[in-house]
Amino acid sequence: MITQMLFRALDRKTAWVALLILIAAAAVPLANLYLPASNPLHVPDYAVPLFGKYLTYAMLALALDLVWGYCGILSLGHGAFFALGGYAMGMYLMREIGPRGVYANPILPDFMVFLNYKALPWYWNGFDNFWFAALMVVLVPAALAFAFGWFAFRSRVTGVYLSIITQALTYALLLAFFRNDMGFGGNNGLTDFKDILGANIQAGTTRAALFAASGIALALALLVCSMIVNSKLGKVMVAVRDAESRTRFLGYRVENVKLFAFVVSAVIAGIAGALYVPQVGIINPSEFEPANSIEIVIWTAVGGRGTLIGPIIGGILVNFGKSIFTGWLPDYWLFALGGLFVFVTLFLPKGIVGTVTGLWVSTRRRPVVAAAEVLQPEPEAAE
Amino acid sequence: MTEVNRVLAGLGLAAAISTGILMPQMAVAADDTIKVGILHSLSGTMAISETTLKDTMLFLIDQQNKKGGLLGKKLEAVVVDPASDWPTFAEKARELISVDKVAAVFGCWTSSSRKSVLPVFEELNSLLFYPVQYEGEESSRNIIYTGAAPNQQAIPAVDYLMKTEGVKRFVLEGTDYVYPRTTNKILEAYLESKGIAKEDILINYTPFGFSDWQTEVSKIKTFGSAGKKTAVVSTINGDANVPFYKELGNQGLKATDIPVIAFSVGEEELAGLDTKPLVGHLAAWNYFESIDTPANKKFISAWHTFIKNDKRVTNDPMEAAYIGFNAWVKAVEAAGSTDTDKVIDSIVGVSVPNLSGGYATVMPNHHITKPVLIGEIQGNGQFDIVQQTASVVGDEWSDFLPDSAPLISDWRKPMACGNFNTKTGLCGGTTKAVAAK
Amino acid sequence: MPSFRLLPIALLLFGICFGFAAPAFAQASNIADLVNALGVGGFPEREAAIKALVDSHDPHVNEILQELNDGRLFVSSDGGRVYLQGGTADAPTYADPITGAVAADVDPDTMGKVKINNAVRTLLSSAMSQLTLRSPDRAARLAAARDLLKDADPANLALLDTALAAETDATVKSTMEAARAVIMLKTSASDADKKAAIDTIAARGNKDALTILTTALASAPADLKPAVQADIDAITRNLQVWDVAQNVWYGLSLGSVLLLAAIGLAITFGVMGVINMAHGEMVMLGAYTTYVVQETVRSVAPGLLDYSLAFAVPAAFLFTALVGVAIERGIIRWLYGRPLETLLATWGLSLILQQAIRTVFGPTNRQVINPTWMSGSFDFGGLAITQNRLWIVVFAIVVFVILQLVLNRTSLGLQMRAVTQNRRMASAMGIRTPFVDAMTFGLGSGIAGMAGVALSQIDNVSPNLGQNYIIDSFMVVVFGGVGNLWGTLVGALTLGVANKFLEPYAGAVLGKILILVFIILFIQRRPRGLFALKGRAVEQ
Repeated sequence: MITQMLFRALDRKTAWVALLILIAAAAVPLANLYLPASNPLHVPDYAVPLFGKYLTYAMLALALDLVWGYCGILSLGHGAFFALGGYAMGMYLMREIGPRGVYANPILPDFMVFLNYKALPWYWNGFDNFWFAALMVVLVPAALAFAFGWFAFRSRVTGVYLSIITQALTYALLLAFFRNDMGFGGNNGLTDFKDILGANIQAGTTRAALFAASGIALALALLVCSMIVNSKLGKVMVAVRDAESRTRFLGYRVENVKLFAFVVSAVIAGIAGALYVPQVGIINPSEFEPANSIEIVIWTAVGGRGTLIGPIIGGILVNFGKSIFTGWLPDYWLFALGGLFVFVTLFLPKGIVGTVTGLWVSTRRRPVVAAAEVLQPEPEAAE
Repeated sequence: MTEVNRVLAGLGLAAAISTGILMPQMAVAADDTIKVGILHSLSGTMAISETTLKDTMLFLIDQQNKKGGLLGKKLEAVVVDPASDWPTFAEKARELISVDKVAAVFGCWTSSSRKSVLPVFEELNSLLFYPVQYEGEESSRNIIYTGAAPNQQAIPAVDYLMKTEGVKRFVLEGTDYVYPRTTNKILEAYLESKGIAKEDILINYTPFGFSDWQTEVSKIKTFGSAGKKTAVVSTINGDANVPFYKELGNQGLKATDIPVIAFSVGEEELAGLDTKPLVGHLAAWNYFESIDTPANKKFISAWHTFIKNDKRVTNDPMEAAYIGFNAWVKAVEAAGSTDTDKVIDSIVGVSVPNLSGGYATVMPNHHITKPVLIGEIQGNGQFDIVQQTASVVGDEWSDFLPDSAPLISDWRKPMACGNFNTKTGLCGGTTKAVAAK
Repeated sequence: MPSFRLLPIALLLFGICFGFAAPAFAQASNIADLVNALGVGGFPEREAAIKALVDSHDPHVNEILQELNDGRLFVSSDGGRVYLQGGTADAPTYADPITGAVAADVDPDTMGKVKINNAVRTLLSSAMSQLTLRSPDRAARLAAARDLLKDADPANLALLDTALAAETDATVKSTMEAARAVIMLKTSASDADKKAAIDTIAARGNKDALTILTTALASAPADLKPAVQADIDAITRNLQVWDVAQNVWYGLSLGSVLLLAAIGLAITFGVMGVINMAHGEMVMLGAYTTYVVQETVRSVAPGLLDYSLAFAVPAAFLFTALVGVAIERGIIRWLYGRPLETLLATWGLSLILQQAIRTVFGPTNRQVINPTWMSGSFDFGGLAITQNRLWIVVFAIVVFVILQLVLNRTSLGLQMRAVTQNRRMASAMGIRTPFVDAMTFGLGSGIAGMAGVALSQIDNVSPNLGQNYIIDSFMVVVFGGVGNLWGTLVGALTLGVANKFLEPYAGAVLGKILILVFIILFIQRRPRGLFALKGRAVEQ
């Protein structure tokens, strides 16, 4: 009974945050579009895509937290799923340019024209359709995560080994996407987008709509994650995190639990990437950099690993800090950023949320207790 | 509920901080200074090249202010760090234009960073001066390209190799990204048009930051042992150059056997190398520190005074930044305003002295005229100029790529088009063209 | 540069005016005029002037050509006299290149270097080699013979024959014979002579011989062509075999670089379990230490500059080990048992260290010189082995052996192993675990610093140096098996060799991708790497 009440409280907390995000998703675009510039609450034009970008980063951190904070899988390659989602969206946006490219080629994107491509590579087919692209945003990261996770979790690759091979994964993809022969624009990536769903991508209303979409997507992702971690499956995930072998000996299919979490996380990351691309206007292989993936881990840790709100706060706060400091202290901001990471690990080991709420013990211990209470031989959802 | 309140309070605080931080910046935008944005990476992989350009811009702005500023106002540099991250370039460009309200931006090094900021400059109608040699195939109304296009660097370089060195066989060695790919495509077409057989051209690509050149250098040696005079045309990027040249030196590949001509190796890159084994290898640029003109000597000594280090070298992108900055100053003076549209109108045709004793003119295609210099590496890390051409107009749409050959760019009114197709008579890429079809 | 372009015209006019007098002029000209002619006109005129100078057979010629080659000859922009530059860069002096008398009235600002280009440089080396072919110095003779072999000018045949007759050293002699053979192919010698020449060249069996024969094939007499072709095929086959060996060598040398970069990590990460993202920065600090030591040696004892690396190795070890101990005491020790948090802290630290180096030394590359004993290459059979790579392989082996000895034969090593295997038990046995932790981390960092000394010889000395090796290092350690130094050794060499065998076929980019995919798949097969630890330690 006590646990059930706690769940409700947890749910309410998450619901509050989700509501807050939704309010922001509506308020910021409205304040941008309808408040006059003189109004102190007016959100300037440049801030909308910037804040929108933070929201997608927050979503990415949330995705990582689902596998790291709740399932104990430290992925150092989550940027790969984000970037794949981004590329799927970028390919749609490139096709959407149509004959308005500089060479006025109705089919081929500009970079293919000057590199003497004669025809569109087969994997670019279909991306002129938004819904196909949207499907790919979900499917490609999911497929990669499934294939990778299927082998890795079945072979019981764990701990640092798993972390390092996820890093190898994103590094291999980085090198592959850098290759011009891959047909994804090489180092320059995909850029100079014109329209999304027929709306001018540079228009204020489109930006506002994208911001709102990012906010809604983040809120939905938060609810989905909350549902997962508060379900029975979520308890098993935590059990896997805290004592993998023991959970396995108890009869759970650990690899399936992990695979489920990993695929869901990859999908959320992919959607975040798809929303990121139209707001920043470029997708290129540097998103696959292992350093970027490590940064995601850091956002999550700064915000608070193993809480759902932590990564959102961490993702927004660290990136906001970066934006500020790269402008204020261009020569010294790395000291500040590096110092922040050292400081957080040494003095705020539970992250901002964990430390601020002081509830680390209850959020960490009770689900384990709960998992022990609801032990069942085979959780349905894990199959 | 307490934790909810705390979270709410935290978010509220964050919002307060963000508005607190962003608002004052906006408030100080209209001042009696003219702000100039500097968008060069000061951290990350590109810091190695770009930091010098940031210093150069600060130096040029300092000099201009000593001369009394511009339009009676002082110039104020706004430096940001896009951290070698291409999306951050776009973010920072937007910040410079929207928040700091800069009159013009000087920045970018890699093509990717330029591609990333291009839509931002066009959307917000601001002006970017891009000081690095690049692959061409671009002409934006809002960008002035003061570095070399391929015809101002690559093509004269292979001409030199064929004429002076009698080279009959070419290795096109590059880092796998767009600049080498495009340049090599252009060179391949050009060489074939000059009667070089396909089997006498070897094209090879390596990843960024490649550091183990043993196999590649020995491949070059093998390719060069076919009995015809062979040369390497290198579009190897930044970091990978030092290990490449170290390997060349150690494997004893002498310039008199197989010369290497590079497009991305200047004085700055050589500063990290012992150049004695490399004497005679070549580079093609539009400027070398060793140019013997009074203007260059003055520039170098002023630079040394400003940077307080008389060992700091100068290089080609620095000259391009110098030309770009002076052209902007002159265009602003002519327009009597820093308004982007007025400056874009007045900048075409502006001529400013370059450092090699001539003039650089901003052409209607937003590229500039530049002489092409071929230099040989010396033991002291400098280049000896062995050939200098008259000024060449930058050709943004290469004549050696089938789809770009019919395109021209002219930003003067009434044409005002960056990719006018002389075959179809349409300005490509605009809705106008689509409608006409 | 306008004067530069006008000069040929002026010279032409000059030539027309004195056209009739030219032969007399050439004879009457003394050596001083010939030297001054070096400063006139463009590169073609310079080549002519050099030829004239060589033909004068003046005893000073060799010296002057050398000075020209070294870029020490200067010409005044007004008078056209050529001087030899001496003194320092800030206060140059100008002397007469023949008499050595210093000219006091020369304004340095009006002096310009007598430039040479590759064509002139080739001519110079050929001209100098003719003059040094009978030098008493064996190295000079060998260099001259090699130049002649490359140049193969039939005009040198007589010279070569005289030198050959007097030559005693076998290597020099064989090079001269090869040069003679190549020249023979260019002359109108009899087919029998040419056949003999081809055999001489084919006997050398290396890439140069292949070049010569391929060139000769086109101009060879019809009945000799099959023989030449057969020789070419034989050499090609032979070289293919050597190619495999060459790839193995390249792989080993790449592997030893990977080993050096990874072995420090094998201790901090593999043995201690600290995910040390600042490992690359330790390597970078080692490289910068090398630079600082070199600059110190340059200012204190310039004569020892060639051996500054020998001082740099212990200096880099000590410095990075100290930094490592400081990091361990300051940060890592609070994080034991939380390995993933060490990742965050050390990542932050790596950002700080990079930016600190950038602030102190500037963002650009620093120049670390290659000592002469580490420069150049030599042939071993059909293998071309570069000295610096050889030394790095040796260095990697020495470091590995010493490390094994330290871990297995010293009491500190025993304590390290005890602490990492069972901390509480070790502590109960009276081992000061905090001290051992600090020493272990210091050892790992110190070795990374020594790797930095080696890498300074082949890579950029820049703030980004470490970043380029950190991922590869982690791959090597994980592939080899965490906690096992032998695994790191085998892992590094395997990946190095595999990479070098893939590179010629797949290209450098694809080769690297394939290696990464291979590692991912390999870890699926053996989730704990090549040499997995067994027993209870596994579950930690």
